[in-house]
Amino acid sequence: MPKVVLASGGSCHQFTGGRTEFEVEATTFRRLILELDQKFPGLGSQVEEGMAIAIDGEIFQDAYGVVLKPESEIVLIPKIGGG
Amino acid sequence: MAKSYVSTTINGESAEFLCEPQQTLLDVLRDVIGLTGSKEGCASGDCGACSVMLDGTLVCSCLVLGVEAEGKSILTVEGVAQGEKLHPVQQKFLEHAALQCGFCTPGLIVASKALLDQNPNPTETEIRYWLAGNLCRCTGYDKIVRAVQDAGAVMRGEAS
Amino acid sequence: MNYLDTNLKVVGTRPVRPDGVDKVTGRAIYAADTRSAGMLWGKILRSPHAHARILSIDTSKAAALPGVQAVVTSADFPEIKSEEAFVGEGPMNFRDLSTNVMARGKALYEGHAVAAVAATTQAVADAALALIEVKYDVLPHVIDVDAAMADNAPVLHEEMFTAGVTPKPTKASNIAKVVTFKKGDAEAGFAGAEVIFEKSYTTKPVHQAYIEPHACLVTYGSDGQVTIHSSSQGHFMVRAYTAKLLGIDMANIRVNPAEIGGGFGGKTLIYLEPVAVALSRKSGKSVKMQMTREEVFRGSGPTSGASMDVKIGAKKDGTIVSVKQILKFQAGAFAGSPIGPGCMCGLALYDIENIEVVGYDVVSNRPKVAAYRAPGAPITSFAVESALDELADQLGMDPLALREKNAAKNGSKTHYGVTHNNIGFEQVLAAVKTHPHWTSPVKPGQARGLAAGFWFNIGGESSATVHVNEDGTVTVATGSVDVGGSRASMGMMVAEVLGIDVAKVRATVADTASVGFTFLTGGSRVTFATGMAATQAAERVVDELKRRAAAIWEIQADAVEWRDGKAYPAGSNAGAFEPLDLPAIALKAGRTGGPVTAEVSVNAQGAGAGFGAHICDVSVDQETGQVTIERYTAVQDVGKAIHPSYVEGQIQGGAVQGIGWALNEEYIYSDKGQMENPGFLDYRCPVMSDVPMIEAVLVEVPNPRHPFGARGVGEVPIIPPMAAIGNAIRRATGVPMPHLPMSPPTVLAALDAAKK
Repeated sequence: MPKVVLASGGSCHQFTGGRTEFEVEATTFRRLILELDQKFPGLGSQVEEGMAIAIDGEIFQDAYGVVLKPESEIVLIPKIGGG
Repeated sequence: MAKSYVSTTINGESAEFLCEPQQTLLDVLRDVIGLTGSKEGCASGDCGACSVMLDGTLVCSCLVLGVEAEGKSILTVEGVAQGEKLHPVQQKFLEHAALQCGFCTPGLIVASKALLDQNPNPTETEIRYWLAGNLCRCTGYDKIVRAVQDAGAVMRGEAS
Repeated sequence: MNYLDTNLKVVGTRPVRPDGVDKVTGRAIYAADTRSAGMLWGKILRSPHAHARILSIDTSKAAALPGVQAVVTSADFPEIKSEEAFVGEGPMNFRDLSTNVMARGKALYEGHAVAAVAATTQAVADAALALIEVKYDVLPHVIDVDAAMADNAPVLHEEMFTAGVTPKPTKASNIAKVVTFKKGDAEAGFAGAEVIFEKSYTTKPVHQAYIEPHACLVTYGSDGQVTIHSSSQGHFMVRAYTAKLLGIDMANIRVNPAEIGGGFGGKTLIYLEPVAVALSRKSGKSVKMQMTREEVFRGSGPTSGASMDVKIGAKKDGTIVSVKQILKFQAGAFAGSPIGPGCMCGLALYDIENIEVVGYDVVSNRPKVAAYRAPGAPITSFAVESALDELADQLGMDPLALREKNAAKNGSKTHYGVTHNNIGFEQVLAAVKTHPHWTSPVKPGQARGLAAGFWFNIGGESSATVHVNEDGTVTVATGSVDVGGSRASMGMMVAEVLGIDVAKVRATVADTASVGFTFLTGGSRVTFATGMAATQAAERVVDELKRRAAAIWEIQADAVEWRDGKAYPAGSNAGAFEPLDLPAIALKAGRTGGPVTAEVSVNAQGAGAGFGAHICDVSVDQETGQVTIERYTAVQDVGKAIHPSYVEGQIQGGAVQGIGWALNEEYIYSDKGQMENPGFLDYRCPVMSDVPMIEAVLVEVPNPRHPFGARGVGEVPIIPPMAAIGNAIRRATGVPMPHLPMSPPTVLAALDAAKK
């Protein structure tokens, strides 16, 4: 199962009770959001609105269709904008 | 308040307008005449975006009253090109990419032309001090200095 | 398709930009240049107090003044629920945005809008503002970040409880949130370190200082249709926020992007548009608004100032083993400083085993911050890169060698979890090492500084349409505001794909009703993401042109080949036909299926990260504290420069903004919390005589995720200057410079203190 890592403490920890690593059964980013919300109510929408994800090192923002592999490492980071 | 009648020459053509005594030349050009090439960046003479020539002298039009233009000749950025033919300063700003957002550009074009008209072969230091009253926040000035140098060479007949 | 290894004819050249002549002749229309018959002038009344409860607002005298046609206060705007939205730099709460546009209940900073009027002339509008009677209960205020975090500090928002700490606090605080990033075990790392360096740093808020003040012209029609001309970094953003703040359907708002006179992140928000729409709705007339320079400084967002601590542990050979960083960022009056990127960017340049970063997002009685070029990164890097320089001295190491030894490379895992891929930091440092500036001896009386910077760059949603016109010329319309020459790069990429002269392609910025949604111009995303959309649209046009040629020749489309702007039969089997160029195919477009056009919308992923390093030589006048930049070189990995002149321009402009941040720019406050230098005379941006030529060195490590290899380039160049200059001053004087700006009084005070 893909492993989810919360790199940044803060806004997400309140949903996970402080847990920073856990596994989630998901094959796409969209499914990941739904599963996160199941597991930790509120976390899914928190991730969707305020976070970007790095899958195996690459940053994705707002992309439901991105495919997760069973061995994927998914890191949740603050969303990135710019000047 | 009664408006004043002012008779001037703007970009080579005689022009008359009515303005309020406290109205700046910049406001007259933009709001009364409709020449919006001169820009307001500060309205305090610090940024140079409103630079125009008044009887051959470079001024910030935000620091001149409209009524002060009586009997005088004004050159704005709209009058720098000769018909379709760009002035060398304008041409070199384009070739050197000496503009990004372009908001300070009208003032810089007028001020650079004013410099080259009186000093056709300025040093880099002379350019930097002459144009120190024209703020540009995008370019870091490098390409502007080079464009002015190159335009000077064209005006001296040393380059095309 | 990917063009990385193809022989490019247009991309990489330096044509004149398509909007250039308009901009050198004064013809280009910026927001303040627009007019409408019978329009009114709108003006805003702003709070003179840094922090005050608004007890009452009496607008009756203002409304009665002849010529005044509308007066609005917060009562004319719907109350917005707390709802997070993502803007240029980070999350923004719509309730906060609404309250920032028009104060509700409390004025939270000097310059906070409290009421607005629309009148027939500017003079009448000004007179009307003076007639509005506001009763304030002035409250204690707090300006600086450390003071705002103190236990007894005046609290701005009674409902703000620090997020990110457990258990949930029960007492309201100015600390909006705490974020932490951890990799390895920082304390254990320090235990194994042989050298430890520790220091505290501060930076001041600085304004983007675009030369064009915010401006707009809006019309609210009696049918509820709204038209807005305004200057912003994203007209779709203006539409979305105006719709939200006023409760108007987006379909009823059309935003025309005026030319924009600079933004640098500061125009990723709105200030005037909802107010102008409210005034127009009330008066039934078009309303024009433009800020004065003073209003821009007092009422629109600068970037954060900060207070920071850095601790670095290293082995004697220069290997950095552990870093701890504490960052406290001012957010202004509402939550939302760029603390996230601040926590991520400073240490993303180095491969370090143990890292702990703690960041605080702190409100105080200042204007709400807005994005400014690589938001957060210049601040955090000032601390990290300054500390590295002193660490290098402690280790007896060359500052470049220390960076080379620890530089992130492909496969390095950052403390925020991302693994670097296809990055060019090592190549940037290699280019520094061999550059004549770095290898030349330092001139007598001068000293040299070095610093580096990192920015993620972003992609995101973009739309582009490519039309083949009836005569075979081409129009490209995108939804990206052109803030620094992006029309040129769009036209060039399309011309390259089509194989035609760039002069035959006209690139434009389409309004919100004429092209698909496009996220704002920011994060250095346009050439990457909108460029990707434009390139793909051009490719679809090529496919269509091949089908049209096939129809003319009566052969299969896959038997047609597109080369150098012409359709050719793919081989002798396809038949012997004279090639057809664009005008020839366009001429028969009606007979072969109608207009040839393609629109592509993307959500671009894979923006390549950017790295840069700057070298700077300074001299310091020991009598006055005046610092002169003698020579400056900026090296950056740009992926692939589509139009090298405008890439250089981004780097040169960013570097000079950084020089201003380093040496002069700051908000100065009175003890009443009022800004004392809201003009270009006293808020001292670099002028032409302050700076030397800026040499921009383009390193090109292609980003494989972009068709031409482009990376964003606009953000990175503002990151290194503050530390590069500070390091040079320290080397010139022997005195560290941990506080910005390094203006003559600051430098002189530091020199004097060191003598004692």
